[in-house]
Amino acid sequence: MSTPALELTGLKKSFGKAEIIRGIDLSIGKAERHAIIGPNGAGKSTLFNLITARFAPTAGTVKLHGENLAGLEPFQINRKGLSRSFQITNIFPAMTVFENVRCALLWAQGYKYSFWHLVNSKRDLTEGAEAILDQINLLERRNLPAGTLSYAEQRALEIGITIAGGADVIMLDEPTAGMSNTETDYITDLILKVTAGKTLIMVEHDMGVVFGLADRISVLVYGEIIATGAPADVRADARVQEAYLGAALEAEH
Amino acid sequence: MTVSDPKHDVPEGAREKDQITTDPSNPSERMRAGSMTLTLAPWVIATVVLIFLPMFFTNNSTLTIMNQMSITIVFALAYNMLLGQGGMLSFGHAVYAGVGGFACMHIMNMSDFFETIPLVILPVFGGLFGMGLAMIVGSFSTRSAGTVFAMISLGVGELIAACSVIIVAFFGGEEGISGDRTYAQPFFGVEFLQQIEVYYLTIAWLVISAALMYLWSRTPVGRMANAVRDNPERAQFLGYSARWVRYYSFIASGFFCGIAGGLFAINYEILTEENLNTASSGVILLVTFLGGVGFFFGPIIGAIAFTLLQTVLSLSTELWAFYAGTLFVATVMFFPGGLAGLIMMHVPAFKLGKASGLVMPYIKTLLPGAIGLLGLAALVEMTFHFRHAATGDVEMTLFWTTFNSHEVLPWIIAGAVTVIGLGIAKVTAPSLKEAWNEANTAGGAS
Repeated sequence: MSTPALELTGLKKSFGKAEIIRGIDLSIGKAERHAIIGPNGAGKSTLFNLITARFAPTAGTVKLHGENLAGLEPFQINRKGLSRSFQITNIFPAMTVFENVRCALLWAQGYKYSFWHLVNSKRDLTEGAEAILDQINLLERRNLPAGTLSYAEQRALEIGITIAGGADVIMLDEPTAGMSNTETDYITDLILKVTAGKTLIMVEHDMGVVFGLADRISVLVYGEIIATGAPADVRADARVQEAYLGAALEAEH
Repeated sequence: MTVSDPKHDVPEGAREKDQITTDPSNPSERMRAGSMTLTLAPWVIATVVLIFLPMFFTNNSTLTIMNQMSITIVFALAYNMLLGQGGMLSFGHAVYAGVGGFACMHIMNMSDFFETIPLVILPVFGGLFGMGLAMIVGSFSTRSAGTVFAMISLGVGELIAACSVIIVAFFGGEEGISGDRTYAQPFFGVEFLQQIEVYYLTIAWLVISAALMYLWSRTPVGRMANAVRDNPERAQFLGYSARWVRYYSFIASGFFCGIAGGLFAINYEILTEENLNTASSGVILLVTFLGGVGFFFGPIIGAIAFTLLQTVLSLSTELWAFYAGTLFVATVMFFPGGLAGLIMMHVPAFKLGKASGLVMPYIKTLLPGAIGLLGLAALVEMTFHFRHAATGDVEMTLFWTTFNSHEVLPWIIAGAVTVIGLGIAKVTAPSLKEAWNEANTAGGAS
């Protein structure tokens, strides 16, 4: 069996006496689209923050392509091919849309901390950024400050920034939160398009999006994964129904 | 495209306005340093003006003022690499210029070495020493931005300023270190005996430094400095360490500060504790903010305006620092974009071709306003004279008029000018505001 893209073993996180993540074992294969669902306060975003080293875990390990990420800083993890978006839109609002994407390309294209290249004269940067803008349908917004875009456009831009660096593991934290139905459909299509062939891990509340996108689903309740499996299996799981999904599905129908 | 698209069918003019409007009261826009697209033209014009300026201002004191201006511009631009472009507020930046300057003075005094190098390359040594110090201090101060950085910069600044009386060998104690620039190897026969020769050396370094600093803002590390300033966390998740980006900005800033220090050493041939202390650090913050941190050319305007205040105004009044301080407070409160922001505010009106509609309202409001402020300044001067002049000295000269500050009539006149001037400005202000809104709106009757 090949090495999983992401492997969590015995992952725990406590804030003071409160144990938020209570021992998670999860293995996500290459090119798998994995959704993490669960009620509010289950620890989904905390789990994301543990994986990306925004928080240090209390116990347990995170492995990316078999490599232990313990002790690495977020920027080092990013360089290893893991990229994420945030629950609250996290872009550079004062910069233009184009410049947002170009910043996301700089490291991946090997410019690092260079002060001997001029960004405007680099065709690979300009063309690369425009290709991404084309993918996320924001070419027309190219020269607007990102902060002036509509909410859905900002979310699309953030997805663009997240994928621009060419990371092969993409983590999206509630990409459709706060969107109308048409906007949700639009973002779902966008996610499918831009993450083709990549490993996708997403936290999502919208069950329509989850069952439409995911190959496998994990249900997180009170810091523990109570079920992992294909959408149909998870839907049928009695514990899941009891804990969470039943109510959520009923609410939807 | 399925996303709702409110701006899609707005007329072309209005969309352009969206792109260029700068609202100085909005911090995110105010800080948009380096995102200005400047072409080559301003650089060429500025260089030509600098080259031919001495033909119109021939006397030495004017040259001294222009040299002082150039040095302040280099220093302020270097400072803005941190404040405007990197979002780092430093309270002790004079030490990098100062240490660079002191190093240059010591090189001047090493006669065996100094006579083998031309004077024109001396600022490079200043730059290297400023950079060296920045590498040491930056290694621990740039770990975080914000308050921690500001406090460390203040502490280190005070520490080094205090060292000036302790490490006498390097800082020369209270007398400072002096030297003679003319001992350097002649540069194509030029020995820099005359002020005009020093002027050309200074502006050469000014143009080179400004161009390099501008180019820096267009490099990957310069762009990421903006990114880290706006959103360090997002930058981290793009593969960049916010700390290293800040560190590189800090080192580059230290280098150009050191250049400014070297130019100071060449111009004045003496450096003292004053070049290092918090007051000097405060001045450069003031200069930069006055000019506007949000635009690359802001510090240039600030340095010119401040040097004029400092030199020309200080000839006519002892209270020049009071007026400079008032101007600074007014800038912070009403025009956080600085003078550059004030200028750039008018770009949308120009693009819409409606700027001419602003001329008359401006004259109607700003002229009486300015006269009112002069009246207020007269009251301040008279109060100062009334309180502080030697006993029996009742004569004072103000605006080319000599009068007795202990009589009532001048007070009534100054008071009346103030009240009437500011009163007219207040009355006409609403129509100026209306004209402003009209000039910034696309379409409609013009």
